[in-house]
Amino acid sequence: MSAAIPLSTQLINLCASVILLLAFAMLAQRRVMPLINLFAYQGLTLAASTLVVAFTTHQAHLYYSAGLTLGLKGILLPWILHRLVRRLYVKWDVESLINIPTTMLVGIGLVIIAFNVAQPISQLSHTISRGTLGIALATVMLAFLMMITRTKAIPQVVGFLAMENGLFLAATSATYGMPMVVELGIALDVLVGAIILGVFFFQIREQFDSLDIRHLERLKEH
Amino acid sequence: MELDIFIVMLASPLVSGLLLTVAGEREWAPNLNIIASGGTFLAAVVLTIDIVAHGPRMAFGEMFFIDSLNVFLVTLTAFVGLTTSIFSGPYMKNEREHGKLSVRRLRLYKSMFQLFMFTMLVALTTNNLGILWVAMEAATLTTVLLVSLYRTPASLEAAWKYFILCGVGIAQALFGTILLYFAAERVLGETGNALLWTHLVEVKGQLEPTIMALSFIFLLVGYGTKVGLAPLHNWLPDAHAEGPTPVSAVLSGLLLNVALYAILRCKVLADGAVHEGYAGNLMMGFGLTTLVMAAFFLSRQKDIKRMFAYSSIEHMGIITFAFGMGGPVANFAGLLHMTLHSLTKSAIFFTVGHAAQKTGTQLMEGIRGLIRINPVIGWGLMLGTLAILGMPPFGVFASEFMILTHAMKYYPWATPILLAALGVAFASIFGKVQAMVFGETHAKPLPHAPAITPVFVHLSIVLMLGLYIPPYLTRWFHEAARMLG
Repeated sequence: MSAAIPLSTQLINLCASVILLLAFAMLAQRRVMPLINLFAYQGLTLAASTLVVAFTTHQAHLYYSAGLTLGLKGILLPWILHRLVRRLYVKWDVESLINIPTTMLVGIGLVIIAFNVAQPISQLSHTISRGTLGIALATVMLAFLMMITRTKAIPQVVGFLAMENGLFLAATSATYGMPMVVELGIALDVLVGAIILGVFFFQIREQFDSLDIRHLERLKEH
Repeated sequence: MELDIFIVMLASPLVSGLLLTVAGEREWAPNLNIIASGGTFLAAVVLTIDIVAHGPRMAFGEMFFIDSLNVFLVTLTAFVGLTTSIFSGPYMKNEREHGKLSVRRLRLYKSMFQLFMFTMLVALTTNNLGILWVAMEAATLTTVLLVSLYRTPASLEAAWKYFILCGVGIAQALFGTILLYFAAERVLGETGNALLWTHLVEVKGQLEPTIMALSFIFLLVGYGTKVGLAPLHNWLPDAHAEGPTPVSAVLSGLLLNVALYAILRCKVLADGAVHEGYAGNLMMGFGLTTLVMAAFFLSRQKDIKRMFAYSSIEHMGIITFAFGMGGPVANFAGLLHMTLHSLTKSAIFFTVGHAAQKTGTQLMEGIRGLIRINPVIGWGLMLGTLAILGMPPFGVFASEFMILTHAMKYYPWATPILLAALGVAFASIFGKVQAMVFGETHAKPLPHAPAITPVFVHLSIVLMLGLYIPPYLTRWFHEAARMLG
């Protein structure tokens, strides 16, 4: 069986597994700067995987998507986040309150669920990258888990952006990507969202002297 | 000629929004805000007349699609946008006099308000389900900074919650859209038409049921977050209570409607692909849960804007339930209820805003004797509350009555739940509003006289729709209801 799998599919699967591994690494990373770097690596791997799909299937618009991913998620967003972290002096922020082994175990459970959900869909797909749909859904769920477990604002946002990475992988693996106009719109939204969040971080810090969102727990039903 | 009016409608909020970004602190800026909203509204009216006379049409090739379903929401959106901009003029000036807002923040408010209107009009008129997603996300982005406009700890918290929860929700909707595209591409091919609603609706019977079922769940939960459906409704009361009142009015009156519209478009496709009743049952379940949950939270509220935010969640539950039942009568009632809820709820938020400004607090125990300070505001709040609680002769009574009788006929098990929730909601809201309107007070008058006209314009339309629905409006609603299946 393994001999029958063409090189391109193997490369795509390799990229997808690296993306999943990086998602787990992000789940376990407590420091802010390395977390942003992991996010950048994930963006780069995603761009590489899209490029391989584009090259093998000769889909012209996938080259543009690969370029867009490289520019936005591999370079621009990590750069914005790096700048923010430096300007906000939270470079050495360490999160203490997360139980990493338990989180990892929950993460493994989520991966199994994701593969089960994706199974019937990948069977219907005819793309060369259909095997990676399960991994894409798993990446989305791991990013979601990261957003739940983190208590600092920047890691939550990195989780949010990683979720978008997973969704992008899902789009390329199931259908060779969305129509170009939609992809451009999504990229614009992500970029504007990141900029607005940057503004927002400064407002939070001005008010609370910290980016710990445990301060943001006053509005509750009593 | 026909195309022109559509361009005018979209360009008016976009251009004025960008113009206000650079010139928002000028003397004439509030007037520009009103003029732009007025222009949008006039264009929407002309467009509506055209659609009613000549039937559905496209614009910009196949990029935009306007039929009787979305054109009525377009008019409603433009109308509430206009009245809100009229209301916000004196309201925001008073906030400035009270030292709550600086000139720069007022500029941010005006430009973001217009850009928000633009994103909603794009979401309503686009033919591409991917662009619909993009516009919904953009609508969140334009309002996040408006919710945190006062920069208080509570408002920052509300805005953060709004951003993160809606972001998570909208990400699920994106996954649903990807699945939908996947199902469509198998039928329509890779021509780039596979996300165009007009193409999808023609082949909806051939879409793969397994994928469509999964896709609709993701779309319902995702866009449902923005509608305020339980269990992802938590952002809604916070965002409504902590943001400035005009923002609460448009969030409640318009954004929730537009998100529900997105679900309706997807439901039509899911109904065609999956077996009868699948999408409807899901919507009925979510609607009832939301309604019951909101009704029981209502009695515990101390903040007046929070209370009316929960009332919005309650009404969204009723509307979702109505569309879930489906059929011409329930769809008609759902559309009517959507219209009436927007008009009534924004009118209530206008009066609540002025009441809170007069008494200097949003806590209900601090607001007393409105009828003595300003009889017009007092009566406005009282009548608005009676209207939203479904008292005859207001229109909400008619739509709720239709929903209830339809439920009794086809889904009798749901009737006691609906009635109990409506009863609890009535008891909680009415008691609190009565104490605020009547009773003793020592509040001072405001520096700028409040704009009361929008309140009574809204309430008189609601009253009129309760007594008499003009025949062309009935025809229009019927046509839209028939399209929903």
